[in-house]
Amino acid sequence: MLSFFSVALLTATLRSAAPLIFAAMGGLLSERSGVTNIALEGLMLMGAFAAVAGTYFSGSPFVGLAVAIVVGALGGFVFAFWSVTLRADQIVAGTAIVLLGLGLTSFLTEQVWGQAGSSPPVERLPTIGLGMNVLLPVAFLLVPITHWFLFKTKPGLRVQACGEKPEAAQAVGIDVGKYRYAMVIASGVLASVGGAYLSIGDLSQFTTNMTAGRGFIALAAVIFGNWMPWAAMGAALLFGFAQALRFHVQALGLPINQDIIIALPYLLTLIAVTGLLRKSTPPAGLGRHATEG
Amino acid sequence: MTNRDGNVAAPAVEMRGIVKRFPGVVANDSIEFAVRKGEIHALLGENGAGKTTLMNILFGLYHPDEGEIRVDGRPVRFHNARDAVLAGLAMVHQHFMLIPRFTVTENVILGSEGAGVVLDRAAARERVADLSARYGLQIDPDAVVGALPVGMQQRVEILRALYQGGKTLILDEPTALLTPQEVDELYSVLNRLRESGDTIIFITHKLREVAAVSDRVTVIRRGRTVGTRQTAETTAPELAEMMVGRAVSLRVDRPPAHPGEPVLVANDLHLRGTQGHEALAGVNLELRRGEILGICGVEGNGQAELIEVLAGLRRPDRGQVLLKETDVTATGTNPRRRLGLSYIPEDRHGRGLVLPFSLTENVLLGNAEEAPFSQGGRIDYPGSRSLTERLMGAFDVRAPGPDTPAGALSGGNQQKLIIARELHREPDALLAVQPTRGLDVGAIEFVHKQLVAERDKGRGVLLISFDLDEVMDLSDRLLVIYQGRIVGEFLSGQVTRTELGLLMGGRALDEHAPAAD
Repeated sequence: MLSFFSVALLTATLRSAAPLIFAAMGGLLSERSGVTNIALEGLMLMGAFAAVAGTYFSGSPFVGLAVAIVVGALGGFVFAFWSVTLRADQIVAGTAIVLLGLGLTSFLTEQVWGQAGSSPPVERLPTIGLGMNVLLPVAFLLVPITHWFLFKTKPGLRVQACGEKPEAAQAVGIDVGKYRYAMVIASGVLASVGGAYLSIGDLSQFTTNMTAGRGFIALAAVIFGNWMPWAAMGAALLFGFAQALRFHVQALGLPINQDIIIALPYLLTLIAVTGLLRKSTPPAGLGRHATEG
Repeated sequence: MTNRDGNVAAPAVEMRGIVKRFPGVVANDSIEFAVRKGEIHALLGENGAGKTTLMNILFGLYHPDEGEIRVDGRPVRFHNARDAVLAGLAMVHQHFMLIPRFTVTENVILGSEGAGVVLDRAAARERVADLSARYGLQIDPDAVVGALPVGMQQRVEILRALYQGGKTLILDEPTALLTPQEVDELYSVLNRLRESGDTIIFITHKLREVAAVSDRVTVIRRGRTVGTRQTAETTAPELAEMMVGRAVSLRVDRPPAHPGEPVLVANDLHLRGTQGHEALAGVNLELRRGEILGICGVEGNGQAELIEVLAGLRRPDRGQVLLKETDVTATGTNPRRRLGLSYIPEDRHGRGLVLPFSLTENVLLGNAEEAPFSQGGRIDYPGSRSLTERLMGAFDVRAPGPDTPAGALSGGNQQKLIIARELHREPDALLAVQPTRGLDVGAIEFVHKQLVAERDKGRGVLLISFDLDEVMDLSDRLLVIYQGRIVGEFLSGQVTRTELGLLMGGRALDEHAPAAD
């Protein structure tokens, strides 16, 4: 039983949690500024694709990562334009980004490599041992940075104000739109890096819908973590653990139905967002626009 | 600050010939308004007179179509609130622009956090505490704003205005949500500010407040300046006439009541609120025929829940509602209406009317199943229409006709339509919640007369209002509600504003010591 909590399971948990943390920190920043971000899934998928494409054409996974960052920023910008400037319904705009991410990456995979379903293998980001790549520590470093930004800096305070009560922020001269743009673009970059982590960090190719709902799980981690960075990381680790179990249950010969294990992260997500486990209090201005122009 | 000594004679604020047109209305029609340095200047006018528009122009939120604004003698042209703040103006909003989850310090410094990226919370906290002490505001800089009482939250807004360097404070209907004690405390804060040289513009539609706090008063009516007076040299009737444009009776004419048997009874009502607290914690009340029973209390102390339970919109967790001795606790609104309950809801637009519907259709709401509005399940539209026309005449609803959409009417006429619909049913008990909110003096008079007339016809009227004057003027019997409990009961004329205020603020009457300042 001791071996159940083996080093392998631990590293697998960290590896599964890292991309969730990237996307979760992005989602957290966006939501703290008042923009509901269900676009994470689409942004992650775009990042995963862009990283592979960038690596494929340049030969360097670092260039691939840079391309993913640029693409994530662009995707975030488009989402911000819809949901902030055009004041579109944020859920609808987010859904559009998800569908766009899924459709565009499948289409481009075929266009670029002439084969449906997956890209050819590309070079991966370097590892730091135990199958962990260089982005993994970055994910965990992001947590204290996000915390520091939100709670210790001036722009962080303003971001929170935009998310809690945009009209109050506006009344003291804060440009709510500007802060929301910045946070949504940041969420695009972070989610995209989370996607790159999957495609050129963990794996070495892009496959259709390879994020498999991780963007939504990351969002659930934000909610479950009550929009607090450390707690969201905890939730991401829990989800990561549930994912990691899947590969270990068999190896350990535990008498648990495989299907249940596969479904576990999604079940946990469902439970988390229904608020059954704990009562969460979202930013009060989430999804609301400042009224005055 | 610097030009304070250099330019003593110039008014703190001067607005000349301000014109602001909105589609279909001239909200401000060449308004003249000048405020001296270091005075408390009341801006008096009815709802819709153009006070708020004028202040929004002064504060840079609207741009005037014509006219000139001078601050400290210099012409200014503000593009947004930020410009106004930089010129030394500060607005204390009617609906507080505070973030409930932030601390006092965070709210105060927001937008003026100082240089650098990293927040220096300790220094900010220190400055906030100093400022609070200097003006005797007694605010804990670390308190979370959402947990503070309303009067305190208002002080946080004032503190923020001062922190931002405000020298001229604009307070928009600042007493609307306060208990009488909190109002007194606000007055003393304002007096302290004036003593330290600040200028205050006090927007109100209440004559009592003009007399209590201001040095001078400017009255505006229908977008025009009627005049400016020294408060000490004017009288309430004069101001009322300036405000309304005709002589008005400031008191409600109300012969003694002759209460009969109970018509609506609540026994030990309990209801858990949305935030898990006890919204109603054992409410007992008995509304009799031929009386107006007033419930006073600060907003949010269970009034909304009580009315919902009485009207049949919500079931209580425990307790009983009796309407004409029938237990209606488990029934919805419709059976109660049929038994003789009518309801004038607080929210005209949300619960009172369907704005895109015509007046006839609105009158049909809640009546449609009964004669003469329908026969055998078929609505009699021509009949309903002519009945609506008759009601419009009887209740002075001014509209082009019964086919006009309700949304096109003024607030006063909308309210009259609701009252017409509800009173047409000749109810035995009438629930009236904030029946005059946002109405002009003429409409208020009309509504009050109707309520008294209903009482005199032997109906029970339950009145809930956050305007203490209204409750005191109209009610034959008064109940005070605090945190979901009835904490006091008085006959009209046997209680003072101060006593009611203490109870509304959760204090008992025996701790009658002067409020700590």
